[in-house]
Amino acid sequence: MSPATIIPIPHTWVLALSAVLFVIGTIGVLLRRNGIAIFLSLEIMLNSANLAFVAFALQFAAGRSIAVALTGQLFVFFIIGIAAAEAAVGLALFIALHRLRETIDVDRFNILRW
Amino acid sequence: MMEFLTAHFATILFYILAGLTVAGGIGVISFKNPVHSALSLLGTFLMVAALFVLQHAEFLAAVQVLVYAGGILVLFLFVIMLVNIKRMQPEQVFLSRVAPLAVAVGITLGAIIAGLLLAGSLGHPAAAPAALQSVQGQHVGNTEAVGWVLYTKYLVPFEIVSVVLLVAMVGAIIFGRKDPTLEGRGGRMEP
Repeated sequence: MSPATIIPIPHTWVLALSAVLFVIGTIGVLLRRNGIAIFLSLEIMLNSANLAFVAFALQFAAGRSIAVALTGQLFVFFIIGIAAAEAAVGLALFIALHRLRETIDVDRFNILRW
Repeated sequence: MMEFLTAHFATILFYILAGLTVAGGIGVISFKNPVHSALSLLGTFLMVAALFVLQHAEFLAAVQVLVYAGGILVLFLFVIMLVNIKRMQPEQVFLSRVAPLAVAVGITLGAIIAGLLLAGSLGHPAAAPAALQSVQGQHVGNTEAVGWVLYTKYLVPFEIVSVVLLVAMVGAIIFGRKDPTLEGRGGRMEP
Protein backbone atom coordinates (compact mmCIF):
# COMPACT_ATOMS: atom_id res chain seq x y z
CA MET A 1 0.00 0.00 0.00
CA SER A 2 1.52 3.29 -1.05
CA PRO A 3 1.72 6.30 1.29
CA ALA A 4 -0.45 8.29 -1.09
CA THR A 5 -3.53 6.43 0.09
CA ILE A 6 -3.40 7.99 3.56
CA ILE A 7 -6.65 9.86 4.08
CA PRO A 8 -5.87 13.50 5.01
CA ILE A 9 -7.38 15.13 8.09
CA PRO A 10 -10.44 17.29 7.43
CA HIS A 11 -9.44 20.89 8.12
CA THR A 12 -12.62 21.45 10.13
CA TRP A 13 -11.24 19.17 12.83
CA VAL A 14 -8.08 21.24 13.10
CA LEU A 15 -10.17 24.40 13.27
CA ALA A 16 -12.33 22.87 16.00
CA LEU A 17 -9.20 21.97 17.97
CA SER A 18 -7.98 25.54 17.47
CA ALA A 19 -11.27 26.90 18.84
CA VAL A 20 -11.07 24.58 21.86
CA LEU A 21 -7.51 25.70 22.58
CA PHE A 22 -8.49 29.36 22.26
CA VAL A 23 -11.33 28.87 24.74
CA ILE A 24 -8.99 27.12 27.18
CA GLY A 25 -6.62 30.09 26.89
CA THR A 26 -9.42 32.60 27.38
CA ILE A 27 -10.70 30.82 30.46
CA GLY A 28 -7.16 30.68 31.81
CA VAL A 29 -6.62 34.42 31.29
CA LEU A 30 -9.90 35.22 33.06
CA LEU A 31 -9.55 32.59 35.76
CA ARG A 32 -6.01 32.78 37.05
CA ARG A 33 -4.65 35.39 39.43
CA ASN A 34 -0.96 34.66 39.01
CA GLY A 35 0.34 37.03 36.31
CA ILE A 36 2.70 34.46 34.84
CA ALA A 37 -0.07 31.86 34.61
CA ILE A 38 -2.07 34.46 32.67
CA PHE A 39 0.88 34.81 30.29
CA LEU A 40 1.05 31.04 29.86
CA SER A 41 -2.65 31.06 28.93
CA LEU A 42 -1.97 33.86 26.44
CA GLU A 43 0.61 31.64 24.76
CA ILE A 44 -2.04 28.92 24.40
CA MET A 45 -4.29 31.44 22.64
CA LEU A 46 -1.47 32.46 20.27
CA ASN A 47 -0.79 28.80 19.51
CA SER A 48 -4.44 28.16 18.71
CA ALA A 49 -4.36 31.07 16.25
CA ASN A 50 -1.22 29.59 14.69
CA LEU A 51 -2.95 26.25 14.31
CA ALA A 52 -5.88 27.88 12.52
CA PHE A 53 -3.51 29.80 10.21
CA VAL A 54 -1.65 26.62 9.25
CA ALA A 55 -4.89 24.73 8.64
CA PHE A 56 -6.23 27.49 6.40
CA ALA A 57 -2.91 27.72 4.55
CA LEU A 58 -3.17 24.04 3.70
CA GLN A 59 -6.82 24.28 2.78
CA PHE A 60 -6.51 27.19 0.39
CA ALA A 61 -3.20 26.15 -1.18
CA ALA A 62 -4.71 24.35 -4.16
CA GLY A 63 -4.09 26.06 -7.50
CA ARG A 64 -2.35 29.09 -6.05
CA SER A 65 1.18 30.34 -6.49
CA ILE A 66 3.64 29.50 -3.76
CA ALA A 67 3.76 33.08 -2.43
CA VAL A 68 0.00 33.06 -1.91
CA ALA A 69 -0.22 29.48 -0.71
CA LEU A 70 2.37 30.02 2.00
CA THR A 71 0.88 33.27 3.32
CA GLY A 72 -0.74 31.50 6.26
CA GLN A 73 2.47 29.79 7.25
CA LEU A 74 4.42 33.05 6.98
CA PHE A 75 1.87 34.72 9.25
CA VAL A 76 2.52 32.02 11.83
CA PHE A 77 6.23 32.76 11.52
CA PHE A 78 5.61 36.44 12.26
CA ILE A 79 3.23 35.63 15.11
CA ILE A 80 5.94 33.51 16.74
CA GLY A 81 8.33 36.47 16.48
CA ILE A 82 5.82 38.86 18.00
CA ALA A 83 5.04 36.33 20.74
CA ALA A 84 8.71 36.23 21.67
CA ALA A 85 8.80 40.03 21.92
CA GLU A 86 5.58 40.07 23.95
CA ALA A 87 6.88 37.44 26.37
CA ALA A 88 10.14 39.34 26.91
CA VAL A 89 8.44 42.68 27.63
CA GLY A 90 5.63 41.18 29.70
CA LEU A 91 7.92 39.10 31.88
CA ALA A 92 10.22 42.08 32.43
CA LEU A 93 7.13 44.03 33.55
CA PHE A 94 6.26 41.30 36.03
CA ILE A 95 9.80 41.30 37.38
CA ALA A 96 9.58 45.08 37.85
CA LEU A 97 6.17 44.76 39.53
CA HIS A 98 7.43 42.00 41.78
CA ARG A 99 10.36 44.18 42.80
CA LEU A 100 7.93 46.95 43.69
CA ARG A 101 5.14 45.02 45.38
CA GLU A 102 6.56 41.54 46.11
CA THR A 103 3.59 39.87 44.45
CA ILE A 104 2.41 39.09 40.94
CA ASP A 105 -1.20 38.53 41.94
CA VAL A 106 -3.03 40.61 39.34
CA ASP A 107 -6.01 41.09 41.65
CA ARG A 108 -3.76 43.19 43.85
CA PHE A 109 -2.75 45.57 41.06
CA ASN A 110 -5.91 47.59 41.24
CA ILE A 111 -4.56 51.12 41.24
CA LEU A 112 -2.81 52.93 38.43
CA ARG A 113 -0.34 54.88 40.49
CA TRP A 114 1.37 54.38 43.80
CA MET B 1 -6.71 -4.18 9.78
CA MET B 2 -3.29 -3.09 8.56
CA GLU B 3 -4.84 -1.36 5.58
CA PHE B 4 -7.27 0.48 7.82
CA LEU B 5 -4.43 1.65 10.04
CA THR B 6 -2.40 2.85 7.06
CA ALA B 7 -5.31 4.66 5.46
CA HIS B 8 -6.36 6.37 8.68
CA PHE B 9 -2.85 6.94 9.97
CA ALA B 10 -3.15 10.75 9.89
CA THR B 11 -6.60 10.63 11.49
CA ILE B 12 -5.51 8.42 14.38
CA LEU B 13 -2.42 10.52 14.92
CA PHE B 14 -4.54 13.66 14.90
CA TYR B 15 -6.89 12.29 17.55
CA ILE B 16 -3.99 11.36 19.83
CA LEU B 17 -2.22 14.69 19.34
CA ALA B 18 -5.40 16.71 19.75
CA GLY B 19 -6.23 14.91 22.97
CA LEU B 20 -2.77 15.52 24.37
CA THR B 21 -2.85 19.17 23.27
CA VAL B 22 -6.15 19.83 25.02
CA ALA B 23 -4.99 17.90 28.10
CA GLY B 24 -1.87 20.05 28.23
CA GLY B 25 -3.91 23.22 27.87
CA ILE B 26 -6.26 22.21 30.67
CA GLY B 27 -3.21 21.38 32.77
CA VAL B 28 -1.82 24.88 32.20
CA ILE B 29 -4.90 26.57 33.59
CA SER B 30 -5.57 24.09 36.41
CA PHE B 31 -2.16 23.45 38.02
CA LYS B 32 -1.69 25.67 41.03
CA ASN B 33 2.09 25.68 40.84
CA PRO B 34 3.25 27.90 37.95
CA VAL B 35 6.21 25.59 37.25
CA HIS B 36 3.79 22.71 36.65
CA SER B 37 1.74 24.98 34.41
CA ALA B 38 4.82 25.90 32.38
CA LEU B 39 5.85 22.26 31.95
CA SER B 40 2.30 21.40 30.90
CA LEU B 41 2.55 24.21 28.37
CA LEU B 42 5.73 22.59 27.06
CA GLY B 43 3.70 19.49 26.27
CA THR B 44 1.11 21.60 24.46
CA PHE B 45 3.81 23.32 22.40
CA LEU B 46 5.36 20.01 21.34
CA MET B 47 1.99 18.54 20.39
CA VAL B 48 1.15 21.66 18.36
CA ALA B 49 4.51 21.25 16.61
CA ALA B 50 3.56 17.68 15.73
CA LEU B 51 0.21 18.96 14.43
CA PHE B 52 2.13 21.45 12.24
CA VAL B 53 3.95 18.49 10.69
CA LEU B 54 0.59 16.83 10.01
CA GLN B 55 -0.51 20.07 8.31
CA HIS B 56 2.54 20.10 6.01
CA ALA B 57 4.25 22.98 7.85
CA GLU B 58 7.50 21.22 8.68
CA PHE B 59 9.57 24.39 8.94
CA LEU B 60 7.10 25.94 11.37
CA ALA B 61 7.21 22.77 13.47
CA ALA B 62 10.96 23.18 13.83
CA VAL B 63 10.57 26.89 14.64
CA GLN B 64 7.88 26.04 17.17
CA VAL B 65 10.16 23.63 18.99
CA LEU B 66 13.21 25.90 18.82
CA VAL B 67 11.60 29.26 19.65
CA TYR B 68 8.61 28.33 21.81
CA ALA B 69 9.76 25.21 23.62
CA GLY B 70 13.43 26.15 23.66
CA GLY B 71 13.32 29.92 24.07
CA ILE B 72 10.08 31.40 25.35
CA LEU B 73 9.33 28.60 27.79
CA VAL B 74 12.81 28.75 29.30
CA LEU B 75 12.29 32.49 29.72
CA PHE B 76 9.02 31.78 31.52
CA LEU B 77 10.68 29.26 33.82
CA PHE B 78 13.47 31.73 34.59
CA VAL B 79 10.97 34.42 35.55
CA ILE B 80 8.88 31.99 37.64
CA MET B 81 12.01 31.06 39.56
CA LEU B 82 13.00 34.72 39.96
CA VAL B 83 9.57 35.89 41.08
CA ASN B 84 8.57 33.01 43.33
CA ILE B 85 11.94 32.58 44.96
CA LYS B 86 10.63 33.52 48.38
CA ARG B 87 7.51 31.37 48.38
CA MET B 88 7.67 28.43 46.05
CA GLN B 89 4.49 27.05 47.59
CA PRO B 90 1.52 27.31 45.24
CA GLU B 91 -1.00 29.95 46.17
CA GLN B 92 -3.95 28.85 48.26
CA VAL B 93 -6.33 31.08 46.37
CA PHE B 94 -5.31 30.84 42.75
CA LEU B 95 -8.60 31.44 41.02
CA SER B 96 -10.05 34.84 40.34
CA ARG B 97 -13.12 35.99 42.23
CA VAL B 98 -15.17 35.94 39.04
CA ALA B 99 -14.45 32.30 38.17
CA PRO B 100 -17.99 31.23 37.11
CA LEU B 101 -18.29 34.33 34.96
CA ALA B 102 -14.91 33.54 33.37
CA VAL B 103 -15.98 30.02 32.45
CA ALA B 104 -19.29 31.29 31.05
CA VAL B 105 -17.54 33.91 28.94
CA GLY B 106 -15.09 31.30 27.67
CA ILE B 107 -17.79 28.84 26.65
CA THR B 108 -19.82 31.54 24.91
CA LEU B 109 -16.74 32.71 23.04
CA GLY B 110 -15.92 29.14 22.09
CA ALA B 111 -19.38 28.59 20.64
CA ILE B 112 -19.12 31.80 18.61
CA ILE B 113 -15.64 31.02 17.30
CA ALA B 114 -16.48 27.43 16.45
CA GLY B 115 -19.60 28.53 14.61
CA LEU B 116 -17.75 31.18 12.62
CA LEU B 117 -14.82 28.91 11.76
CA LEU B 118 -17.00 26.03 10.65
CA ALA B 119 -19.42 28.25 8.74
CA GLY B 120 -16.51 29.93 6.96
CA SER B 121 -14.68 26.75 6.04
CA LEU B 122 -17.44 24.36 4.96
CA GLY B 123 -17.87 23.70 1.28
CA HIS B 124 -14.37 24.71 0.27
CA PRO B 125 -11.98 22.51 -1.71
CA ALA B 126 -9.91 19.86 -0.03
CA ALA B 127 -6.30 20.40 0.91
CA ALA B 128 -3.53 20.22 -1.69
CA PRO B 129 -0.19 19.86 0.07
CA ALA B 130 1.72 19.76 -3.23
CA ALA B 131 1.01 23.46 -3.77
CA LEU B 132 2.94 24.25 -0.59
CA GLN B 133 6.12 22.68 -1.86
CA SER B 134 6.76 23.93 -5.39
CA VAL B 135 8.63 27.08 -6.31
CA GLN B 136 8.25 28.10 -9.95
CA GLY B 137 7.10 24.65 -10.94
CA GLN B 138 10.00 22.99 -9.19
CA HIS B 139 9.36 20.62 -6.31
CA VAL B 140 11.23 21.76 -3.20
CA GLY B 141 10.88 21.18 0.53
CA ASN B 142 8.72 23.25 2.81
CA THR B 143 11.72 24.99 4.36
CA GLU B 144 13.07 26.13 1.01
CA ALA B 145 9.65 27.32 -0.08
CA VAL B 146 9.14 29.27 3.15
CA GLY B 147 12.57 30.85 2.83
CA TRP B 148 11.95 31.77 -0.78
CA VAL B 149 8.67 33.54 0.02
CA LEU B 150 10.02 35.09 3.22
CA TYR B 151 12.94 36.78 1.47
CA THR B 152 10.99 37.96 -1.56
CA LYS B 153 7.36 38.84 -0.88
CA TYR B 154 7.62 39.28 2.89
CA LEU B 155 11.06 40.87 3.14
CA VAL B 156 9.83 44.19 4.62
CA PRO B 157 7.61 42.59 7.32
CA PHE B 158 10.53 40.30 8.15
CA GLU B 159 12.80 43.30 8.75
CA ILE B 160 10.09 45.03 10.77
CA VAL B 161 9.81 41.96 13.02
CA SER B 162 13.55 42.15 13.65
CA VAL B 163 13.17 45.80 14.70
CA VAL B 164 10.23 44.87 16.97
CA LEU B 165 12.38 42.20 18.61
CA LEU B 166 15.17 44.71 19.14
CA VAL B 167 12.76 47.21 20.71
CA ALA B 168 11.34 44.48 22.95
CA MET B 169 14.84 43.51 24.04
CA VAL B 170 15.74 47.11 24.92
CA GLY B 171 12.39 47.56 26.67
CA ALA B 172 12.88 44.39 28.70
CA ILE B 173 16.30 45.58 29.84
CA ILE B 174 14.91 48.99 30.82
CA PHE B 175 12.00 47.44 32.74
CA GLY B 176 14.19 44.87 34.38
CA ARG B 177 16.91 47.13 35.78
CA LYS B 178 16.69 48.70 39.20
CA ASP B 179 14.99 52.09 39.32
CA PRO B 180 17.17 54.51 41.31
CA THR B 181 14.32 56.97 41.91
CA LEU B 182 12.21 54.28 43.58
CA GLU B 183 15.15 53.00 45.59
CA GLY B 184 15.80 56.54 46.80
CA ARG B 185 12.25 56.86 48.08
CA GLY B 186 12.63 53.88 50.33
CA GLY B 187 12.15 51.06 47.89
CA ARG B 188 8.88 49.18 48.14
CA MET B 189 5.79 51.17 48.88
CA GLU B 190 2.34 50.00 49.89
CA PRO B 191 -0.65 51.90 48.54
